[in-house]
Amino acid sequence: MLIKKGVAASLGIAIGKAYLMAEDNILVEQKEVPKDKVKQEVKRFKDALDKTKADLDALRSKILHVLGKQHAKLIDSHHLILQDPLITKEVPKLISSKFYNAEFALSFVLDQAEQQFEKIDDEFFHERKHDIFDVGKKILSNLVNREKVSLKDLKEHVVLVAHSLYPSDTLHIRETSKVLGFCMDLGSKSSHTAIFAQSMGMPAVVGLSDISRQVQSGDTIIVDGEKGLVIISPTQDLIDSYRKRKEELQKQEHFFHRLRGLPATTRDGHKLGLMVNLDSPEDAAEMTAAKAEGVGLFRTEFLYMNRDSIPSEDEQVAAYAAVAKAAAGAPVTIRTADIGGDRATQLGIKGLKDETNPFMGFRGIRLFLKYPDLLKTQLRAIYRANTEGNVKIMIPMLSSLEELQSVKRLAAEAVAELQEEGHEFRKDADIGVMIEIPAAAIILDSLLSEIDFVSIGTNDLVQYTLAVDRINQYVSELYDPYHPAVLRLINLVVQTAHKKGKPVSVCGEMASDAWAIPVLAGLGVDILSVPPKLYLRVKHSIRTMGFEKFSQISQQLLGLASSEEIRRVIEEELKKHS
Amino acid sequence: MTKKDIKVVNTLGIHARPAGMIANTAGRFQSDVKIIKDGMEVNAKSIMGIMTLAAGKNTVITVVASGPDEKEAVAAIEDIFARKFEEE
Repeated sequence: MLIKKGVAASLGIAIGKAYLMAEDNILVEQKEVPKDKVKQEVKRFKDALDKTKADLDALRSKILHVLGKQHAKLIDSHHLILQDPLITKEVPKLISSKFYNAEFALSFVLDQAEQQFEKIDDEFFHERKHDIFDVGKKILSNLVNREKVSLKDLKEHVVLVAHSLYPSDTLHIRETSKVLGFCMDLGSKSSHTAIFAQSMGMPAVVGLSDISRQVQSGDTIIVDGEKGLVIISPTQDLIDSYRKRKEELQKQEHFFHRLRGLPATTRDGHKLGLMVNLDSPEDAAEMTAAKAEGVGLFRTEFLYMNRDSIPSEDEQVAAYAAVAKAAAGAPVTIRTADIGGDRATQLGIKGLKDETNPFMGFRGIRLFLKYPDLLKTQLRAIYRANTEGNVKIMIPMLSSLEELQSVKRLAAEAVAELQEEGHEFRKDADIGVMIEIPAAAIILDSLLSEIDFVSIGTNDLVQYTLAVDRINQYVSELYDPYHPAVLRLINLVVQTAHKKGKPVSVCGEMASDAWAIPVLAGLGVDILSVPPKLYLRVKHSIRTMGFEKFSQISQQLLGLASSEEIRRVIEEELKKHS
Repeated sequence: MTKKDIKVVNTLGIHARPAGMIANTAGRFQSDVKIIKDGMEVNAKSIMGIMTLAAGKNTVITVVASGPDEKEAVAAIEDIFARKFEEE
């Protein structure tokens, strides 16, 4: 038995036989083509090109259908590469003049291109080489006539193990019903595969670094999407206990379903707001399915992913309006993009050096205020989309009043421009800030007159308060949402905001943590915003807690000096009622 | 032979999409069309070749065409640069 710890990407438990997705490495041999067979060899190559082109067309229309336009664009550049004279002309030339076999001629040309790409310092251009090799691999596998074993053809239920999954793989997973769950070497909680798994309700653990080398197809394997564990060849006892846990989860799921449409009110009648966090317009369906009260956090980073151009204003309007429409008048809180310097090249920002500490670096509103056109475009799009519903603006990574004033100045400019240009828009969008940096919590009283609401991003607030990088293995143990400093800061934010009558929401992971929910409510937080998949689960926690009781307990917790004591008090109290 | 120096003015430089547009445009002409940057010469009809130039904003490239429609070819390529590859 071997237990590996990774990132819990999607809730649930999968138990089954592992299916290892092999990376397709095709060994290319050099052969000499007899002179009288040259024409045939060239034709074989051209046929493989035609076949690849047809494959790409089919893939494109599928991706367009299932994943949307943005992903489909990736395929367009693949088409252009197929038409490149280096491939259409140079390869046949090598076959005819040097008598290379088609496979070798193709890899020869691709190798040369790769060497050219290796010389490029600029990371943005350097990364483009993957496009070329994807296409190269596709032609090669058509040449050797080796169809990649497709997930569609799976005969029995499996747990997928992979180094990494590509959009075309996730597409196949969606089409088959044989995948119970998956785990992979790469990925993080916010990577597209994790988001995909959550939207499918499929258990997944990612970021396991070498799981694809530890597992063989056919091994029994457990993917624990609750704790982020993968267990290879588990003991029968462990399998049994996981089966039990799985059944419990399913029963719970069934029970939670009945909470749809019921208010998020505590046992003693205190009403909380309960909203969802969305990562893309496609998630809006889940919000409707859970009958959520609105969107507490609509992340807009998806607009900037998988592309090398800037999302246009119209494209943004379409994305925001789609969610505003789906929310049918319920509030939709749009956070301006929290993009880090690591993605700056995608925004056309050149010459940024790698930051030694990106979490304390150039991201969120800091980056957007340095490039105000990007922010203004986003603000204009939000005001335009506001005609479709009830939209709010939320600013990430704010640390000073000056930043807030700059944003508001740009917002005013955006409104004036829209007016002048005669666009249809609505300017009455509330503006709020994310409290992620302790400085913003401490000076909140000075910010309140400029804003309509505050939202606490607990993941970053914990990280910055405790100076702990949660993905740094040496200190990640110190990452602790129950640290007294964190609770006291949250209390400060709530008290300060309520003095001026401004509502406070929490949109980080704490908002869906069964232990933290009653504490946040007890401290006076007005709204919790959670992933759609956890929405009903959180509602259940709220509906079973006593508000009066936890208001008292929270006051008691504020006086405690250690996280251990804090946890103990919460646990004892929750045990009394379970 | 027709020759022209052109400055890259769009923000992202010649990434995949512009490279594709250049290759498409050059491909419409009979003439042999090349792009040169810092002594490196590539076939303007090859998207892969153009991408390996890694031409970012403000770099200057030289377009050289020779053949029956060389003038038109250079003018057409100059035009898509001037239009910033319809990006901005």
